[in-house]
Amino acid sequence: MRSNYFVKRVGQAVLTFFATVTLTFVLYQLMPGGPAEALKNVILQQQMGTGNTIDPARVERLVAQYTNIESDAPIYVQYYQYMTSVFLEFDLGESLYEDATVTSLLAERIPWSMLISVYAMVIGYTVSIVLGAVMAFKEKSRFDSVSSVAVIALNSTPYYVAGILLIFFFSIRNKFFPTGGRVGLGVEEGFNLAFMQSIAHHAALPVLSMSILGLGTALTMRGNSVRVLGEDYLRVAELRGLRNSRIATQYVGRNAILPMYTQFMIGIAGVLSSSVIVEEIFSYPGVGLLVYDAIQVRNYPVLMGSLIVFTLVTVVSILIADLTYGFIDPRISSGGNDE
Amino acid sequence: MSNEQPDDPEGLETLFDADIDREPTPRSQRLKRQFDLYVAAPFRVAMTDWRAVVGTAIISAFFLMGTLGVWLVDRPTSGDAPVLEPPFQNVDYILGTDTFGQPIGAQLIHATPDMFRMVFAGAVVSVGLAALVGVVSGFLRGSKIDTTLMAITDVIITIPGLPLVIVLIAIFQPGDPYVIGVLLGLDNWPGLARTVRSQVLSIREESYVEASQIMGISTGTILRRDVLAQLMPYVTVNSALASRRIIFESVGLYFLGILPFTTFNWGVMMNIAYEGNALSRPDMYHFLAFPLLTIFLMSFGLVLFSQGMDSVFNVRLRARHASTIDDDGGPDS
Repeated sequence: MRSNYFVKRVGQAVLTFFATVTLTFVLYQLMPGGPAEALKNVILQQQMGTGNTIDPARVERLVAQYTNIESDAPIYVQYYQYMTSVFLEFDLGESLYEDATVTSLLAERIPWSMLISVYAMVIGYTVSIVLGAVMAFKEKSRFDSVSSVAVIALNSTPYYVAGILLIFFFSIRNKFFPTGGRVGLGVEEGFNLAFMQSIAHHAALPVLSMSILGLGTALTMRGNSVRVLGEDYLRVAELRGLRNSRIATQYVGRNAILPMYTQFMIGIAGVLSSSVIVEEIFSYPGVGLLVYDAIQVRNYPVLMGSLIVFTLVTVVSILIADLTYGFIDPRISSGGNDE
Repeated sequence: MSNEQPDDPEGLETLFDADIDREPTPRSQRLKRQFDLYVAAPFRVAMTDWRAVVGTAIISAFFLMGTLGVWLVDRPTSGDAPVLEPPFQNVDYILGTDTFGQPIGAQLIHATPDMFRMVFAGAVVSVGLAALVGVVSGFLRGSKIDTTLMAITDVIITIPGLPLVIVLIAIFQPGDPYVIGVLLGLDNWPGLARTVRSQVLSIREESYVEASQIMGISTGTILRRDVLAQLMPYVTVNSALASRRIIFESVGLYFLGILPFTTFNWGVMMNIAYEGNALSRPDMYHFLAFPLLTIFLMSFGLVLFSQGMDSVFNVRLRARHASTIDDDGGPDS
């Protein structure tokens, strides 16, 4: 049963990834005038100043180099070329502007985005789990209702609005944090304290504004805990005279957190996607800013490449979540075939 | 909610007549009864929940802004008023004016109709698709159709929505609010479809649905009468959450300048203010602050509304005293 489930989940993950790569291929084809025409306009703009006239064959060659698609080949050949270059050669094409492959551009930026998004997730979820649990224990108290309203209000604040407010109060009015960048000027790179501090200093505000995204979980946690608190086995545990700390962590905590585990893993992917907006506000050079800059100049290969990589990250995190869920929660170890 | 039906005599009648005649009670009476069940009764319950009341009030205010407000207040053009008037000084432009001399309040008002168009298109697409896929696949559980639909849903659930939407926008540069709404709605339906499916699965187990099946009522009728009716509350709650998401994302994308500036929009205003360094210019604070406040209010209203509705509709939750608050993870990304 288990290995069956494993094969099914991995197969599904591969299928999803395959579908996304196909989707990006389709998007290339859907561009007004097809990929050749769309890219030709961009290339023409780019080479405007050089005075070279561009012959069609050269454009054709450039398009093939940038996107791995030979636009004069029959469509099934194009599809085959595109799929093989992505899957077998891990080649996502080449950036139109920098002299670099999309893969290397993304590889350079992703760790930075991961840094802020993972911290944002961890902070957001930790705060909301603790808060939700406390709210549940003090259900119907003043603390409960006040913090419910506060969480709803925070939840209604778009993370970019939070970002703007944070910049305003902590970088412009009071110069506690820098307004952008990921390390300070003139800080020596490498494994030294100043460098680490500078990284943390620059990442603080983006992390804070993104943590807002996870805060809705506090209400979920509250709901879960309240429900667990009403269960019979808790009364049994109390009657058995177990210590309160043990009841809180092993009975209530565990049962309330479990349903949120998958959500957490899916959340990682969501936060990574949102980085486009956050990184632009904080001018934090991660993947998001790369995508943003690519949109401004219609750098299609970079756009498509990041869509593929974002999907890969999501597919992998959800796969990990699904496969490990069985270890954490024995109840579903046979594999959740339905719902 | 429909499981209460057999309790009242008319409901029983409906049930008994059903296999002889498909239209048991006169239409007007049925409508009246449904109105009472789905509108009047929830409304009475809603009045006891402050979140539902405040949420509805805020949404209605925005609705008035988008209908009456547009009609009452002239569409702003640049040079209507002095540049960068501070707020609360002049009755003609209470919220002050922007760098082009356009009253800010009027811009906020004239941005509302397009916002509603976007939200409407997005909510219809996401909730509609979700309900359709979820109901069909839940009802045909285990069949080929169910397997296929769920496989597709699982694939789409995983493709990250925002980057996909951004790529689509970058390629097609949509200006029409309906198109933008549809694009933003597209990435929201799969998660919902899964939840609707599991809801349908549990409704299917209810005895009255089984009874209908035994009586030989067609699947379509059962879907319409029993299952959809049961799902309505759920759909209402999620429409509000989907709307909130669409507002967040569209305003965010306008703010970044990724969506082309075609109409008045709160995001566009924020973009112009932010690019104009409003954060470090006290005379421009209000230009940035009021759109921010507007988005916050609108989404606060929608979240309150959805949570209020949830506690109103979710009888089982209330009865079990489990939670008075949205507990399916609700509003995130």
